[in-house]
Amino acid sequence: MAIRERLSGNEAVSYAIKQINPDVMPAFPITPSTEIPQYVSTYIANGECDTEFIPVESEHSSMSATIGASAAGARALTATSSCGMALMWEELYVAASNRLPIVLALVNRALSGPININCDHSDSMGARDSGWIQIYAENNQEAYDNFVQAYRIAEHKDVHLPVMICQDGFITSHAVENIELLEDDVVKNFVGEYEPENYLLNEKETMAVGPYAVSNYYMESRKAQSAAMDNAKQVILDIGKEYGELSGRTYGFFEEYKLDDADYAIVIIGSAAGTTKDAVDKMRAEGKKVGLLKIRVFRPFPEKEIAEALKNVKGVAILDRTDSLNSHGGPLGSEVTAALFNAKCTMEVRNYIYGLGGRDFRVEDAENVFTEMEQLVTEGKEVEQYKYIGLRG
Amino acid sequence: MENKKRYNLKEVMNKPERLAPGHRMCAGCGGTIAVRAVLRALHEGDKAVIGNATGCLEVSSYMYPYTAYTDSYIHNAFENAGATMSGVETAYNRLREKGKIKEEFKFITFGGDGGTYDIGFQSLSGAMERGHDMVYVCYDNGAYMNTGIQRSSATPMYADTTTTPVGKESIGKIQYRKDLAAIIAEHHVPYVAQTTFLGNFKDLHTKAEKAIYTHGPAFLNIMAPCPRGWRYEMSDIMEICKLAVETCYWPLFEVIDGKWQLSYEPKNKLPIEDFLRPQGRFKHLFKKGNEELIVKFQEEVDRRWEDLLFRCSQE
Repeated sequence: MAIRERLSGNEAVSYAIKQINPDVMPAFPITPSTEIPQYVSTYIANGECDTEFIPVESEHSSMSATIGASAAGARALTATSSCGMALMWEELYVAASNRLPIVLALVNRALSGPININCDHSDSMGARDSGWIQIYAENNQEAYDNFVQAYRIAEHKDVHLPVMICQDGFITSHAVENIELLEDDVVKNFVGEYEPENYLLNEKETMAVGPYAVSNYYMESRKAQSAAMDNAKQVILDIGKEYGELSGRTYGFFEEYKLDDADYAIVIIGSAAGTTKDAVDKMRAEGKKVGLLKIRVFRPFPEKEIAEALKNVKGVAILDRTDSLNSHGGPLGSEVTAALFNAKCTMEVRNYIYGLGGRDFRVEDAENVFTEMEQLVTEGKEVEQYKYIGLRG
Repeated sequence: MENKKRYNLKEVMNKPERLAPGHRMCAGCGGTIAVRAVLRALHEGDKAVIGNATGCLEVSSYMYPYTAYTDSYIHNAFENAGATMSGVETAYNRLREKGKIKEEFKFITFGGDGGTYDIGFQSLSGAMERGHDMVYVCYDNGAYMNTGIQRSSATPMYADTTTTPVGKESIGKIQYRKDLAAIIAEHHVPYVAQTTFLGNFKDLHTKAEKAIYTHGPAFLNIMAPCPRGWRYEMSDIMEICKLAVETCYWPLFEVIDGKWQLSYEPKNKLPIEDFLRPQGRFKHLFKKGNEELIVKFQEEVDRRWEDLLFRCSQE
């Protein structure tokens, strides 16, 4: 029987951690993810969880210690946001290249500067090429569900890659919403016990981790990571399906919302998808054929599947909650556009930048985007290829 | 648990090597001598995980697909050897608790002075403060040798390095070295010691054994000369180490549970010139007109030596 609760996103992820009961969690506080190590520490203090918590002195050390623990043979994780992730940047690559099945609870927050504690995706999007699987949530329920699935994906023999479970800072992490939790034993059975094949503390066989590899081996190591990322696609789908059989909530690469017959689509990641759904409902009631593609899995990038889902749309608006500052758009914009090009789709495509540093994204904003796309297609009213919305007047 | 058995050089040297030959460190490298000497202090049959900060040692001893270590080994990055091993040690505690590991493991991390005094200082401090049961060994060769002899905070005053080059307007590094062993001792960890290569290696061996078999965090600072960076005759390494100790440039001491103990007091303290003269990095100090620099160097050595004697005289 599922447990009905009311939890914030941070509480939901912490609850999943308690149920999984991983071995080692090093962490350093940073808003808005601070509550996660606080909740886990409280579970430990009250004897509800056996995880060893390491109160490290920085985020660089939190990922370093997580790597040490994972290489040693433990199931390990950490949590962070924004500048905390920026400080562990180097270590993200080390974790991925050592093929360690670490899980990172990321609460998305803008990078400095100016220093800002609110949501955008500049932290995880900046790390999009670090070799981590990235899974994003629209709300607390998805943050919980994604976290419960994370180790199954990371530890899968065809994958062996770290996984980042992302949720929007404050909007999801701090807002309390209704949620359905699985029972403890259901989570434990689903996740299973971690039995690594190779690890430092193996009493029967020694192991060396973290070699120096020059041009005669480095490239093969990267190719192996690339192949693992390819493999992750099927594993993510299989685990999402298996989770659906257990919970009634099946997960894929993305969610299509009223997209089947849509003429205009918004492609978006995270909590703003909820806002966009309201705009879609409102405009559908007015007879407008609009729809939404909400990206859940950004790494690996489901290129072909995205193009297939959008192929009949006349106008696609790709909304980025970060800007690549390259004078032509954000990362989601670039990658979705490339996916459409490779699939020989020739509809109108525009890239909008929204919600930076916690700027509100309102139903009207999504409606305006749909209207602009419609006017572009039907009236030829030009829209900049790359455009900021929600700026002060 | 300290091994009370009397030190026997022959016996110790006949133990199986835990750093296998065939690694790519330079001939005459002090770092390699330090690693072998520390690993000889592990009791035979005891398991260990060896950690390593990026540096000469790492790129020369674990070059894919060959490792020189007979024990499990982890290199992560330059500045995080302390944090990395704290993760390994914590994993060990948890897996022991779960009954997944039965045997005892020791945790020993090596870093050069770059990875220890400078870029890895915070990570080391954090690991020591948190009380992990591990030994951090700094093989201190007094500069960033792996990248080509740049100054570090462990570089002695006036040394000619590639970022403190001696020139018309420069007398080499202008600062004296950081006293890292004292700083780590101020973390109030159970064991801190400073040593180098002397005579029959008894001092190093005994301290390494104490560090490894003391429960809790321990720190060993080993002066490990680099013939390339210091510019002395490669075969003179033992003489250089002896002069460092006899001039009180590199004093030998232990700090056990906060109590400072001098390991060796020279009967006849030699002038600092004796240590400086054989090294090319100090060649400019012996040019006419630079006599004052040697006086200043001597004053700093004396001041620090007196300070150490004072610490060691306190109950």
